[in-house]
Amino acid sequence: MVTTVKSITNEIALIEGLAQNDRQAIETIYKQHYGMVQSLIINNNGTSDDARDIFQEAMIVLYEKSKSGSFELTSQLKTYLYSVCRRLWLKRLQQQQKFIPELNNLEETIPVEDDLDQHDQRGGELQMMEKAMMSLGEPCKSLLEAYYLQKKNMTEIAGNFGYTNADNAKNQKYKCLMRLKKLFFTEYKNKR
Amino acid sequence: MEEIQVLEAVERYIRGEMSREEMTFFEELRKTNPEVDQLVVEQTMFYNQLGNFGEWKNFKTALHDVHNQLLERGDIKEEAPKAIVRELWRKYKRVMAVAATIAGVTTLLIATSVSLYTSKQSDAKIQQLSYDLRREVKNSKTEVLNTVDQKIKISKAPENTTPKIGGTGFLIDGKGYLITNAHVVNKATSIILLNSKGQEFRAKVIHINTESDLAIIKIEDEDYKSIGTLPYSIRKTGAELGEQLFTLGYPRNEIVYNEGYMSSKTGFKDDSMTCQIGVPANPGNSGGPVFNKNGEVIGIINTRLTGADGVVFAVTSKNIFSVLEDVKKEDTSTKHVKLPLISSLKNLERTQQIKKIEDCVFMVKSYY
Repeated sequence: MVTTVKSITNEIALIEGLAQNDRQAIETIYKQHYGMVQSLIINNNGTSDDARDIFQEAMIVLYEKSKSGSFELTSQLKTYLYSVCRRLWLKRLQQQQKFIPELNNLEETIPVEDDLDQHDQRGGELQMMEKAMMSLGEPCKSLLEAYYLQKKNMTEIAGNFGYTNADNAKNQKYKCLMRLKKLFFTEYKNKR
Repeated sequence: MEEIQVLEAVERYIRGEMSREEMTFFEELRKTNPEVDQLVVEQTMFYNQLGNFGEWKNFKTALHDVHNQLLERGDIKEEAPKAIVRELWRKYKRVMAVAATIAGVTTLLIATSVSLYTSKQSDAKIQQLSYDLRREVKNSKTEVLNTVDQKIKISKAPENTTPKIGGTGFLIDGKGYLITNAHVVNKATSIILLNSKGQEFRAKVIHINTESDLAIIKIEDEDYKSIGTLPYSIRKTGAELGEQLFTLGYPRNEIVYNEGYMSSKTGFKDDSMTCQIGVPANPGNSGGPVFNKNGEVIGIINTRLTGADGVVFAVTSKNIFSVLEDVKKEDTSTKHVKLPLISSLKNLERTQQIKKIEDCVFMVKSYY
């Protein structure tokens, strides 16, 4: 009983860590559960590359949930991840129109369809952004990535990109951002 | 306020980088100016999207790094795909046995039925000697450009169409009646004939007899002038084995001469309606006349054996008589058609014979 409570508190801590981009948390979850997911996929028509893709996508689902703040772990983390991966893998097999085996249930599963629907929707939006980014071209793309993704400060960026001062870089950054915004919303309207 | 300034302001607003006074001013502006307010909402959404995108990308990179790191440290291992063949074999052993049996039985059945029906299906082995003109369209066009008179005369062909099947035909009555193969014209909606001088004539089908593979067509064109008595004759009886033969036909846009001999009095699979001749023939020769040395038509080329060299079959000339009789019964306008029975080509040099014959042999182009 004591160990269960302890492991649950541990798992909650892990998920909180995940939400704060704690690398240690990612490593721990990865280490504990990757093997299980890999077995599931390898035993059902997949390769280790597939296992890696599926597990990482499941991790993103978990990350999104942890970020939303409303995540209550109603089951063991293991069960949750297993259920998500199983669902994702079935979907992938369907898309590839491969022979769909009766996935041998090694573990118990919980319904995760709602979470995955949300994940799909978010994924769609993120891909729109990625597409917009890709069609932005250089140096805009690198400039925006440096500021918004790598969170570098403007002085540093100005130095790296060869702008004479931070204000010029900043101005250029806003111009790029305007272009990205246009590209994104065009994409956004097309999709809806 | 310019959009770019709003963008900057919103960014600072979201990040909480504004001073208190600035914040109050900005919020006041939003309240009074709906346009700015709309921009702020839009920017905020976009900004959030961008933020999410950044996090997502960073998280993905982190996952990637962790994976590689753990792999390096040996904390996780990449398994090789499982070989499931043996498992499948165990599972489906019986099914496979049944399948193999069925396959075996089917093979036997097919083999038996093939050997039973081969004699009937053997037509597949002989090739009709008409040819697909669609392939030739480009060539014919270039030739048209080479000779001026052909260019003018090509206009008789139906507009915007290309001939589909080409063969040969020859006159059996100087008034414009020709014999060709049924398979050359049986699908045609219109027929254009071309003589050795390159003149074009319109023609129509009078009668088709698929059994003997013969067709009678008639030239219906004011440009055509009756030739009068034909130089050659059509023979009622068959040729003798070993008789010297020659043919004229249109395997290409030019009339082509070939010679050979009588090989067999019967055709493919002992068919008595046809005979075998040892004369080279190619697609396009279909419907062409086969003459003996006296200039008598003894047959009409129709097929050749595929996979064997120089085995060509011709419909024997006596079939022309029976087909014409059939036509006369159903079409009174053909009553006056008379087959030529006397050849004026006896004892002439071959080149002389050809000169006299070639005006009576036409290229047949079928359009549909």
